[in-house]
Amino acid sequence: MTKTDHFISVSALTKRFGDNEVLHEVDLTVDLHQVVCLIGASGSGKSTLLRCLNLLEPVDAGTIVIDGETVTNGKVDVNALRRRIGIVFQSFNLFPHMTVMQNIVLAPRKNRGLSKQEAEQRARELLGRIGLLDKADEFPDRLSGGQQQRVAIVRALAMDPKLMLLDEITSALDPQLVADVLSLVGDLAKSGMTMVIATHEMSFAREVADKVCFLDSGSILEEGPPGEIFSRPREPRTREFLSRVLEAGRM
Amino acid sequence: MGKFLHAFFSPLGLRRAVPQVWDGFQTNVKLMVIAEILVLVLALVVAIVRGLPGRWSLPLRGLAVAYTDFFRGTPLILVAYVIALGLPSLKIAVVSSQSLFVYGVASLTLVYTAYVTEVYRAGIESVHPSQRMAARSLGLTYAQTLRHVILPQAIRRVVPPLLNDFIGLQKDTAIITVIGLTEAIAQAGFYSNDFFSYAGYSVAAIFFVILTIPFARFTDSLIKQRERRERAQLV
Repeated sequence: MTKTDHFISVSALTKRFGDNEVLHEVDLTVDLHQVVCLIGASGSGKSTLLRCLNLLEPVDAGTIVIDGETVTNGKVDVNALRRRIGIVFQSFNLFPHMTVMQNIVLAPRKNRGLSKQEAEQRARELLGRIGLLDKADEFPDRLSGGQQQRVAIVRALAMDPKLMLLDEITSALDPQLVADVLSLVGDLAKSGMTMVIATHEMSFAREVADKVCFLDSGSILEEGPPGEIFSRPREPRTREFLSRVLEAGRM
Repeated sequence: MGKFLHAFFSPLGLRRAVPQVWDGFQTNVKLMVIAEILVLVLALVVAIVRGLPGRWSLPLRGLAVAYTDFFRGTPLILVAYVIALGLPSLKIAVVSSQSLFVYGVASLTLVYTAYVTEVYRAGIESVHPSQRMAARSLGLTYAQTLRHVILPQAIRRVVPPLLNDFIGLQKDTAIITVIGLTEAIAQAGFYSNDFFSYAGYSVAAIFFVILTIPFARFTDSLIKQRERRERAQLV
């Protein structure tokens, strides 16, 4: 299989913030309908890697090819690219001055040429699926964290993305709210959505991932199917990380 | 004390001064309304220009910075003199043949746009960068992000300081009297010359205060209304 057969192929991706090299020559491939989980300690570069994929962070060196298109050559239409890639953040980032409905329909109305009716109908359909239809006219600060995060996922889905990037989306949630969000992501995975997920939820990663990548100081140290990474990690650093996670009770 | 009250607040003097000062005060109100509308729009434009990204916009940004620095540092009275006395002497078509009223509006607008630009800019910068990031990640363009996500939040936050600047502008319409525009202060002056009474100035002061108070209350109620609307969803 050549590189271009993958849905995403990242090669030798390097990203610096000043003198600090956050990503060091990262190689990563993701196939269509595949779910890839990025694990690793805070500061290992998971979030930065995700943000490079939709060019929210400019890349210093290396190439990223998504869906046959080289996105790192400086010629790509970033807005068009981002319309095909949904991203959900740890801190939800809903627009506080808009209702749930307005949050969801803004981008589809502006950039997918949908009429207000079409966009709202699609939004209602998505909200109905996550059981939040009755919150459509509420402002985000009236919703629980878990509800806000599910709305944020729906907001991204409303653009009908071909790829979803999830950036530690449960890290800011109370434990009892995590389950709802993760089950939504699980459903997405089952429906065949291609996803790259940065997460601290190891049991979730084990359940949903086709491939797990362990990042350590800006490099992918080890990758493989979840069974392998979680049960028989080769690298000492991976083992160390996983045992620390185990102690923290997140397994 | 009796002398003072007589000079400034004699009932007859006040009553007689009201129509004359009112006549001039209408000009202040017109100055204020027109200048405020212009300032609201122009300051937003300058603030947006100051925040533009990229290298190509550098000269524009520099221009915007130079403008705000210059006009925030220049006394309004000086700007008014330069415009109202200087421009006509230059004999430039259109620019040199405007009325004193237009020169007054221009002076107020030039100076206050510089202040209000900074207010808008503070508002724009107070919106958390993650909001911009979220908007851009949905594929919204720079302009769409500004229009639908950043500015609505920014402007909401700067309503009180904006109001403050407008109260300042309202009062500073009185300075325009120096270029010879017949507004409230000028009329109060005429009155005091004609009747040897300062009641005209008292009346003008009262007019200015009366204009300011409802303005302040109006803005308060706007803010409250919006808060209520955003909280009303909670049952």
